[in-house]
Amino acid sequence: MKLLSVLVQRIGNALILLIAVIIFNYILLSLVPGDIAETIAGESGGASAEVMAEIRRSYGLDQPFHYQLYSYVTKVLQGDLGTSYYFNLPVTELILQRLGPTLLLVTTALLMAIFIGTFLGVIAAQKPNGWFSHFITVLALIGFSAPVFWTAFMLIVLFVSVLELLPLTGMVEPTTPKGTIEWYLDVFYHLVLPSISLASIYVAQYSRLARASMMDILGSDYIRTARAKGLSQRMVVYKHALRNAIIPVITIAGLQFSHIFSGAVVIETVFNWPGLGTLALESILRADTPTIMGILFFSAFVVIVFNLLTDLAYRLVDPRIRTSQTT
Amino acid sequence: MISRTSVEATVVDGFEEAPLKIENPIIEFLRMYVRNVAAVGGFMVFLIIALLAVFAPMLMGVDPFEIIWSPSAPPGADGFALGTDNLGRSMLVAIIYGARASLAVGAAAAGITIVIGLLIGCLAGYYRGWVDEVLMRITEFFQVLPPLLLSMVLVALFSPTLNTVIFAIGIVSWPGVARLARAEFLKIRELEYVKAARSIGATDGRIIWRVILPNALPPLIVTSALTVGSAILFEAALSFLGLSDPNVMSWGKIIGDNRDYLLEAPWTVIFPGLAIFFTVLSVNLIGDGLNDAFNPKLRGR
Repeated sequence: MKLLSVLVQRIGNALILLIAVIIFNYILLSLVPGDIAETIAGESGGASAEVMAEIRRSYGLDQPFHYQLYSYVTKVLQGDLGTSYYFNLPVTELILQRLGPTLLLVTTALLMAIFIGTFLGVIAAQKPNGWFSHFITVLALIGFSAPVFWTAFMLIVLFVSVLELLPLTGMVEPTTPKGTIEWYLDVFYHLVLPSISLASIYVAQYSRLARASMMDILGSDYIRTARAKGLSQRMVVYKHALRNAIIPVITIAGLQFSHIFSGAVVIETVFNWPGLGTLALESILRADTPTIMGILFFSAFVVIVFNLLTDLAYRLVDPRIRTSQTT
Repeated sequence: MISRTSVEATVVDGFEEAPLKIENPIIEFLRMYVRNVAAVGGFMVFLIIALLAVFAPMLMGVDPFEIIWSPSAPPGADGFALGTDNLGRSMLVAIIYGARASLAVGAAAAGITIVIGLLIGCLAGYYRGWVDEVLMRITEFFQVLPPLLLSMVLVALFSPTLNTVIFAIGIVSWPGVARLARAEFLKIRELEYVKAARSIGATDGRIIWRVILPNALPPLIVTSALTVGSAILFEAALSFLGLSDPNVMSWGKIIGDNRDYLLEAPWTVIFPGLAIFFTVLSVNLIGDGLNDAFNPKLRGR
């Protein structure tokens, strides 16, 4: 019963946020100098005042502001993000085309960061003042200070230029036949460097987080009980403590989704990865406003859904939150 | 956790020979900071970079956009310590001039971030209730939009100038500061000395400004230092993507301009990246140093 009311409240909040994002988008759009009539007229080499008025009428630009806003919000909520000026295709379709590569890159990088980060943190936590702990602190400092696109370029110099091990850019060689095993392998080779570069920002951060939460948990009562039972250090750490130590890492990872998407924009640009990030940058450089606004809305939508799911999953997994936060 | 300066001042005045020696907090703080080798090193490096940035026009005879030699000359050759870029411009001059934009944008954007974050966080944490509710919804709203993407859109919509870039970075970065300030205010407003201040009739403004804020400063100062670092990284990413003032040389722009020549002339990407890395590292080391120096648990060690 309590869970249900929390669920309703959270979904309501998410919806309000979503509508706020759409309205914000619309206001940004209306701040752009010039309107679609001028863009179309500019592309076709000029138009008379009557034609301009006709174009404005057909796009509903002669209607009052609140009416336009209302129709924009309802359209977006129905999944209609308008038509791209450049591709002349529905923006929703464009976004769905580019979604796959971005999801592949982001999920790989995120899983990598969570696993490697937690692993390093757990090792460090067992000797809080040992050399490995200090090493992780230094690593985190470096990870916080290096610009991610530069890290990516340095990896390219090392693995592509010096060692000649991995391909430079793109997601797959255009000559590889689609659907074959070679195609999947080719995608995998192309994925290695971008995902390592993107993960590099978060590995250091998660290892510090995992170290802190692991140290906290290793001092708790139930771990002492497990030790008193005579369990080995390995059993205690990897079977009993790890499960709880990973919770904060996953929570932070879930909440950082909007930052990870930001990182993906840069990494996709470096590697010419055909995802949403490159589409966003191209659209901005081409002044393709409907596509830009579509991507902005879509990424906010994904973040909102992701936050909602993290929150609910967290509630289901950890009974302590269920009882303490419902007030 | 009583308002430190006032109490200690009276103690020092009244009991000059007291066995319990209490130092001036600022001197004590400096003593703690100087003890940290990494923090002092970070400060030195930052100082050198800042001086180079300020005196760049005096140190360098040529304009960073001026073509002075054959393109892509390797470092050390022909008397150019860091070589030339793909257009034959001096890398050394570009990097030293680049420090100006990176540091100026970093500092100004961090300033905006801190002012907005502090204002929203203080009000939300102090007044709680519906004020808190509304302000936190707004904060949440800005956390949902991917920061880099939103700032790219803002720069593209309002012409790419230095001011737009500063504004765009500030407007997307403040939620973290706001949350921290709010948490500090929520914690401190319940303490005895705040109740005492309220009971003698202090106004809200006085309590926020003179009672709570000074006690919330240590974590906020540390965050401010780290904010400068992330603003410099942010500026680098924007100018790397080509969303910055095209007439201003900056480190991200050098990398963006030369990225197609990475494999033939890697130094054109390596050196500006190192400049960003060492600058941000020095700022982060200063932040860590401040954090340790403010932390009373580490004192006397």
